[in-house]
Amino acid sequence: MKAKGSILVVDDEEIVRDSLASWLEEDGYHVDTAPDGPAALTKLAQHAYAVLLVDLKMPGMDGLEVLAQARSLQPDVPVIIMTAYATVDTAVQAMKQGAYDYLVKPFEPEELSLMVGKLTNAQALRRENVLLRKALKRQFEFKDLVSKSPKMEAVFDLARTAAKSNSTVLILGESGTGKELLARAIHAESPRQDGPFVGVSCAALTENLLESELFGHEKGAFTGAASSARGKFEIAAGGSLFLDEIGDISPKLQLDLLRVLDAREFRRVGGSQLIKTDVRILAATNRGLKKLVESGAFREDLYYRLNVIPVTLPPLRERKEDIPLLVEHFLAQSRTEMQKPLEGVSAEAMEMLMAHDWPGNVRELRNVLERGAVMARGPIITPMELELALPALLAGATPTDSPDSLRDVERKHIVAMLKQQNWNITRSARALGIDRVTLYNKIKRYQIREDE
Amino acid sequence: MAGRGTILLQWMGMAPMDGEMLERVRQEVETTFALPTHLVAVNGPPADSLEPRRGQHSSTKILRWVLTRLPPGVAKVLGITDVDLFIPVLTFVFGEAQVDGPAAVVSTARLRLTYNERPAPPTLLEVRLLKECLHELGHTFGLVHCPNGTCLMSRSNSILEVDQKRAAFCRDCRQRLRKLLEERNGS
Repeated sequence: MKAKGSILVVDDEEIVRDSLASWLEEDGYHVDTAPDGPAALTKLAQHAYAVLLVDLKMPGMDGLEVLAQARSLQPDVPVIIMTAYATVDTAVQAMKQGAYDYLVKPFEPEELSLMVGKLTNAQALRRENVLLRKALKRQFEFKDLVSKSPKMEAVFDLARTAAKSNSTVLILGESGTGKELLARAIHAESPRQDGPFVGVSCAALTENLLESELFGHEKGAFTGAASSARGKFEIAAGGSLFLDEIGDISPKLQLDLLRVLDAREFRRVGGSQLIKTDVRILAATNRGLKKLVESGAFREDLYYRLNVIPVTLPPLRERKEDIPLLVEHFLAQSRTEMQKPLEGVSAEAMEMLMAHDWPGNVRELRNVLERGAVMARGPIITPMELELALPALLAGATPTDSPDSLRDVERKHIVAMLKQQNWNITRSARALGIDRVTLYNKIKRYQIREDE
Repeated sequence: MAGRGTILLQWMGMAPMDGEMLERVRQEVETTFALPTHLVAVNGPPADSLEPRRGQHSSTKILRWVLTRLPPGVAKVLGITDVDLFIPVLTFVFGEAQVDGPAAVVSTARLRLTYNERPAPPTLLEVRLLKECLHELGHTFGLVHCPNGTCLMSRSNSILEVDQKRAAFCRDCRQRLRKLLEERNGS
């Protein structure tokens, strides 16, 4: 039979553990026992409990110490302290440290029955809440994107409608808002879903490399072109081509791209044969494309060619109501990937997550939670395990002792992070809470060199 | 008394066994669980189960003692005693059982009294004892407490609650018990 809930009994006396376990098992609870504090903490790190029954007086770690440590592992678990020594002091201390209640031994069976019943029912309600939340979450999903904010709902609606057409979609939004995920979702919902989804980061490559990457090249087209190669426009035939960081392409490539979009045909680099293309363009940028047009850095005709269906992803700070939903979403992923019994974040940790501004948006949140999931000692992630504060790397850049501008501070931080990660771009980007392309851009913009 | 499907009721009281009353309980147990049921008197409870300070006997220690003396071929043993039982953290218990295990113990000490602590009439004692015996044996077959207050398997924390429940399982517990017995016989 399915157990009603789990209870942990902590007492140094074997007969107390056995008899209490037996008494509670008659109610249908799953009961674990621990003879001392350390054994109890080990169990708490592995399993979520509805109630903890802890003896106050134990050799080594006493009940109050177990209570304090248990609360760092499972902050929301109610702890009942059992004591034979009914002094007001210990009772007050236990309640101050967050014990749910205390029972003076021996206590009436009725008293224990009611207390445990009340607490396990409350937990059952919390569980039901989680299940309802999960059911709700399914309603708020668009493929891998999760949201219940009206702004994002509007984005999903627009994206769903856009997906059905063959029109070019321009996805706008800050770094980390999920532009590529949205592009993938549009592709997956489109009639081209059985075709390939091919992505190119336009900012990560030099003009020549990007040209060859997009259009392919013929053998001998340039030094090092030992054989001919197909470009992304050919590879993506029948599917969707995702052009990320479109605002960063050079004027020459802007023109080339415009021609392809107009004529639906192109030539490989060094080739003469015209190749027909059948791709759906999904473009994205975190830059203000309209401003680039106004300043002349981006072709107006290409802008209008791309801006057929513009979709703007709001930054996370403008849809904070999504944070609990996203937390549940990412923790569900971590649970599966790490095979850890993660139940959620503590109320205090959630408060911190809600208060943060999230300059790195959903990606930053995902990284913070991933770290929390790795660091978590118990099933509930605590504020300490989230480490939302900036790493110590910035310690030297406090406003009092440094005249650096924000730009200088950012540059210094990136250099330090790159050094710390041995110039591994992926790892550095993850640690910084930005994507690789953005990091490449910043390296380029700040002219950061590996040897500095 | 051979066979894995027998139930043994062991009287282990300070007073002599009330053979007539326990024989009627035995018959009800046999009918309820559809298994051959036997009644014997043994010397008990064990001396070390007494806690002199409380003047009560530890049900857990009696249970352990019963387990060490489990006769071969017996599936379930129910110790019946007239001493007051307790577990260390609680003021008293009516009985104790191992859920889905071979042993249980039950006491008549608190069943003998009415609410104003006067002796209960023998018929009332008998029906109370029957309820508690079937209840504790129900645990040994795998049943847990039932939220239905009139069901035999509901938890009783007071004599009032013992009297409030019927001497029968509710429909859900009856079905569950039938299933558990079938699984047991099939295995």
